[in-house]
Amino acid sequence: MDELVSLVNWSRGQFALTAMYHWIFVPITLGLTIMIAIMLTRYYKTGNEEWKTMTKFWMKLFIINFVVGVATGIILEFEFGTNWSNYSWFVGDIFGAPLAIEGILAFFMEATFIAVMIFGWDRVSKKFHLVSTWLVAIGSNLSALWILIANAWMQYPAGTVFNPATARNEMINFWDVALSPVAVNKFLHATTSSYIVAALFVISVSSWYLLKKRNLFMAKKSMLIAAIFGLISSIMVIFTGDGSAYQVAQKQPMKLAAMEGLYQGKSQAGLVAIGILNPKKDITNDEKPYYFKIEIPYLLSFLSNRDINSFVPGIEDLIYGNEEHNILSAEEKMARGQVAIKTLQEYQKAKKSNDTANLTEISKKFDPNTKEGEHFLNNYFKYFGYGYLNDPIELVPNVALTFYSFHIMVSLGFLFILLFIIILLYVWRDTIEKKKFLLYLGLWSILFGFIASQMGWIVAEVGRQPWIIQDLMPTVAAVTHLSVSTVQTTFVLFAIIFTTLLIAELRIMFNQIRKGPDNFKK
Amino acid sequence: MIKKFINLYIEGFRNIGNTGKQLVGILFFKILIFFVIMKLLFFPNVLNKNYKTDEERADHVIEQLTTKIK
Repeated sequence: MDELVSLVNWSRGQFALTAMYHWIFVPITLGLTIMIAIMLTRYYKTGNEEWKTMTKFWMKLFIINFVVGVATGIILEFEFGTNWSNYSWFVGDIFGAPLAIEGILAFFMEATFIAVMIFGWDRVSKKFHLVSTWLVAIGSNLSALWILIANAWMQYPAGTVFNPATARNEMINFWDVALSPVAVNKFLHATTSSYIVAALFVISVSSWYLLKKRNLFMAKKSMLIAAIFGLISSIMVIFTGDGSAYQVAQKQPMKLAAMEGLYQGKSQAGLVAIGILNPKKDITNDEKPYYFKIEIPYLLSFLSNRDINSFVPGIEDLIYGNEEHNILSAEEKMARGQVAIKTLQEYQKAKKSNDTANLTEISKKFDPNTKEGEHFLNNYFKYFGYGYLNDPIELVPNVALTFYSFHIMVSLGFLFILLFIIILLYVWRDTIEKKKFLLYLGLWSILFGFIASQMGWIVAEVGRQPWIIQDLMPTVAAVTHLSVSTVQTTFVLFAIIFTTLLIAELRIMFNQIRKGPDNFKK
Repeated sequence: MIKKFINLYIEGFRNIGNTGKQLVGILFFKILIFFVIMKLLFFPNVLNKNYKTDEERADHVIEQLTTKIK
């Protein structure tokens, strides 16, 4: 078991490293393309050459980011096949279909029009160039849509049915998968929060120019666009974040409890605005969960259920159960999961021994259109993944990491709103270049943008542990039984290659920023 | 139309500056590392490599899933 835990942890670490590295480039791509399209639209409308030079400059930075970042996501797909082969097979076409659509539709759209965007200056009509640039922006955001749909299915497996003959989940309704409330909120939250990172990137580079007293027109105009774009995105993020949190409360209550460090559920629950967790606290003891906290009364109940008086379950309710609120205990779910696994085992035995009568009988249990199927799927197979757990405590994610990641992300999000407003104010008054402290803050803000963005993913992915597919498959059942040393080798290999690429990008990027836009007035 | 589009690519790549050349270099280096070295040596698709048919793959996964983890 120790070796298996080590294998799972290294495999998870490797996946996290790849995903976090990939996510350095994605947010900038998603947001910067839109800002570039806005700048190009300004040029198209005004004919002012300064807008053209500005657009070209940001386009260069976008290309550097795009080239270094492109295909880093493909490594995640390699890892599914190698490190997570059970999972990869079990999810069947649910993952394959959205990724194929991403490849065919969005990627080709992006790849085709990106060439027109980069090489099309003075070679195609201005209108076609502008349309192509907008299509790159739309295409890159559509790319994100499909992979986020696949991720959302892992958090809330909707629109599918499990086929015991193939051991795969099969899609029965594409729209239930694509438009599940988790998928819609995930896409909107991930993209709008990415726009904030991209806005901070533009603000950061522009702040550097203003501190150096260079390229003032470009820096101020870029800052204006980025601050407006960032502020609008931040307002959208408040709504999409609320939508995401509501879905977490409904579909992944353990994650929500970890996000809030809530051990004992309560009605009229307050939301922790600021807090320090007691590191000694876990589910097995009676320590106080917090050293210190400031709560906003009723808000957690309201955000979770749209009712200030509603009950929000805590970690203990979800582990030990709560009859009053119809929450099954983890042990009960584990027992039901074991029944589901045993049924699959019996199915396989009947299949191998050609016991047709038994096979037909068991098949009915997996068919949602039969009475037996409805009962078995809703009461037993629903808890399939719980059957792999040895101890209910395995259901509790890393509370401290989830809690602090969530609170840092939210706090930074509100600070960014303040930053965008103050920057807008001073750009409006045309005194921004005199505000040195604000410019230094703007310069370093991109780092905080990345931190907030990565924290968001930590909340989403660490908070849902032990699940790779919520309630159906824990990571421990999904992992391929490779040797730990193999995974350690590829982990180190990744770390070296990715760090090299990141250094290469930063060097080229900084060099380009130092050079600045061509033919630009000081 | 297609010819015009291909020319756009050819002329575009012909006129890229030093930074562009560096980026193309990085792109090819990455593709080589990711798809040739990593995919072939370190990241085979385990089920495709070890089992010939989908039925065998399904049987293997079911066996894995129905063996309780200790």
